[in-house]
Formats: sequence, structure tokens, C-alpha cells
Amino acid sequence: MDTLVAQYSKPMFEKENYNQDDQVDLYNPHPTLSLRFAMPPIAQPSAWLRAATDDHANPNCPIKIAHGTTTLAFRFQGGIIVATDSRATAGNWIASQTVKKVIEINNCLLGTMAGGAADCQYWLAYLGMQCRLHELRTGRRISVAAASKILANLVYSYKGMGLSMGTMCAGVTPSEGPALYYIDSDGTRLSGNLFCVGSGQTFAYGVLDAEYHYDLSVEEALALGSRSILAATHRDAYSGGFINLYHVKEDGWVKHGFSDTNPIFWKTKLESGEFSNVTSELV
Amino acid sequence: MEVLLGITGKDFTLIAASKAAMRGATVLKASDDKTRALNKHTLMAFSGEAGDTIQFAEFIQANAQLYSMRNNIDLSPSAVANFVRGELASSLRSRKPYNVNLLLGGVDPITDKPSLYWLDYLASLAPLPYAAHGYAQYYCLSILDKHHHPDITYEQGIKILRMCTDELKRRLPIDFKGMLVKVITKDGIREVEYEDDKSVACP
Repeated sequence: MDTLVAQYSKPMFEKENYNQDDQVDLYNPHPTLSLRFAMPPIAQPSAWLRAATDDHANPNCPIKIAHGTTTLAFRFQGGIIVATDSRATAGNWIASQTVKKVIEINNCLLGTMAGGAADCQYWLAYLGMQCRLHELRTGRRISVAAASKILANLVYSYKGMGLSMGTMCAGVTPSEGPALYYIDSDGTRLSGNLFCVGSGQTFAYGVLDAEYHYDLSVEEALALGSRSILAATHRDAYSGGFINLYHVKEDGWVKHGFSDTNPIFWKTKLESGEFSNVTSELV
Repeated sequence: MEVLLGITGKDFTLIAASKAAMRGATVLKASDDKTRALNKHTLMAFSGEAGDTIQFAEFIQANAQLYSMRNNIDLSPSAVANFVRGELASSLRSRKPYNVNLLLGGVDPITDKPSLYWLDYLASLAPLPYAAHGYAQYYCLSILDKHHHPDITYEQGIKILRMCTDELKRRLPIDFKGMLVKVITKDGIREVEYEDDKSVACP
């Protein structure tokens, strides 16, 4: 009888609201996923990770992390260009040539991956989830500053535990216009006009810096982004595959293809006479 | 963090070297000349371990000049390059190898063809249209890949060199105190007035 009374004496609409646990979760500033991972039971988990994964000091290490990339993004008069290569390497081994290193967080926000492939994929997917939740809670789309800060705070909470990621968040929102942020696993978060990240970053910076200015036309900007990735895939052994090109505009991002570097390289060389060090002569 | 750059063109070879002489965290001199003229048409720029660099460069210079005096004719740039490579190779297999990286630029006195040779302390020798040593490679080769053509004029060469040094100023964390630039043509070796006190902003 008591159970029956209890069942019918509860408020009528209780089920439609958040219960106690959900509310705690909602107002908890820390991500609920945080620290639910099993950690090696030692003082410095990253030291253990390094021992198991460092392939410079220990070529027979049990885990080889997928590293090596070139990604770039820059702001200009017409929005933001985001471009990446598509190669994933694990040590000297090319693990894949068709990786999607641009993560479409929503139709106005893009993220790029460099560093540990698993870390980036997992945490950017998580960021996508948090951004969607923000949208559902507030009825407004999240700003790029806020989205990048979610990621920066998240990786900072794991600092010293061996996360490895260098990412950029690019997006256009009504409140802030086109915005570009760089976030890495040290916890660094920087806003800026131009970033290149990954093992091929210097090569991309070389081409990009020389001809970058804010008043670039859309065609020029797309060509420069793609040419910078090509430069990096040519000189950096850990970058290659396809050029993944995006343009972020006020009304969302537009994809400008996932194009094989090999024909682009030969077209660039033969039609513009660039890469003059590549010859068929033997010396 | 020493910078060496070399660019060939239609009728010249440009050699540029950073002016800072650094030991540890100190700049000892901001007007260092990291080049030696081997003969009228050949210039060598060097970087590497302190002491080794100048010892080796002046040893090569002395031998190249000795050859010129004995035979009344200069060694061609390719001959010098192969001689230097041989010396590096035998040094590499000695008790204490020279730790020196080199760029060797020249214009052949007979054919007037410009040439550039890239050598490292492991005695690799590569003839290239443009070359760099050290961290400069990471920033400049992509620029040169894009902007260099074998038949560029001297003015275009200087313009490309400016793109390279601007990028280094922009992105290298250590100040290398500007560049010393020399050009080799069929008329000999000449130092170039190269303005490097302008600061370059990082975008």
C-alpha cells in the first residue's frame, strides 16, 4: 500500500525535468568523461606512456603512435581557409593516405587534427558533442572562442598524462565574425590570423608567409592554401596523400575537394616550372 | 642556428650566410664572415662546430690557391667540390672528423655556367639549383621550390633571397643578426649591399 501511495503522490511532471544527477552533471564545469579513463597506477602516467611509445629512444616500443601531419588555417578578407594533408604515419610506416584531418564540428565550425590521431579524433568528436549540447541548452550556436576554450580546458585537465594534439578551430559566428584559434596539448590556446601545425609546418609557413596578406581574393587564398600543403607534402616525409581544402564563410563552410597531391605536383611543376630541383637527370 | 643559403641563376650564384657568431647562449660577434674565397670564381660558405669550420675552410682555401699557383690555372667549381668532398670523406673516417657543413658556389671560368654544391659533414655532395643548411632548410626550401627558376636574373635572385631571409626573421626564434650576401659572376666574387635592419612582423 505504501509503495502505491508513494507512486501516485509524486509530482505529476517530475519525469519531464532533469533529475538531481542530471542537474549536477549540467552545472558541473568539468567534463563528466574526465578521469574516467583507467590510468596506470603510478605517480606520472606520462612517464609510463613515454616508455611504452617513445620510438626514438626505443625502436621496439610496444605502441607506435600515429604522428606527422601538415595542417594550416588562415583568416583573410573572405573568411578562413583550412587545408590539410591526409597522411597518417606510425614511425616510418605510412598507416593511411586517406585520413580526414578536418573535423566538421557543425556547419559553421571546423577543427583540424595534428599529433596523435586517436587523441584528436576522440576529443574533437567530444568537442562536437559539447557544442551540440551548448546549442540545445542555450538555443544559440556556440562561439568559436567558447568552443576552443572547452577543448583547451579539457586538454589542460589531462596535462602531463601524455595527450598529443595540435589543433585549430575555425569558424564564423554572428557575434565574433571569422575566428581562428590554435589549441595544443600543452594547454596553449591562441587566437590569430595564420597558423600551420604539424611536422610539415615550417614548409607550409615558408610558402604561406611569403604571399599571405589579409586582402587576398577567395581564389588566391584557396590556391595559396593548397600550394602551401603541396610544398609541405613535397619536403616532409610524414606528410602526403591528398589535399583537403575548406573555405569557412559567413553562412558556413564549403568543401573545396579532397585532391590527390601527385597529379597536382606534376601539373605545378610542368605548367609553372616550379620545383626546378626535381630533374630526371642523374648526377 | 647558423643560416647558409645558396641560389643559382642565369649567370650568377648567390651565397648568403648569417652574420652572428654564437657560442652557447652568447652572440660573440654580429658581423662574422662565414665564407672563404677559394679562387677567383669559387666561394665556400661553412657552418658547423666551432673551430672545425674555419680550420677546414682555410685548409681547403690554401690547397685551392696552391693549385692555382703551381698550375697557373684555377680549379673549376666542380673540381673544387669533388676535392672538398674527398677531404671530408677521409676526415670522416679519421680519429677526429671535421664537423663542417658547406655550400660551394661558383661560375665555371671556361663555360661561364653558374653552379652550386651542397656538402655536409658526412661527405655528401649534391649539385643543386638552390640549397640551404641547418634550420633554414625547413623554412626556405619550400619558398625556393615555388619561386626559383633556373634562368632567373640577378635582381630576381635577390628578390627570392629577400623572401627567404624575411621568413627566417619572422619565424626563427633566435636573432641571427642579418645576412652577409656575396655573388659570384664570371667577373669574380663581389659582396652585395644587403639591407637587413628592417624588422619583419609576424602575421
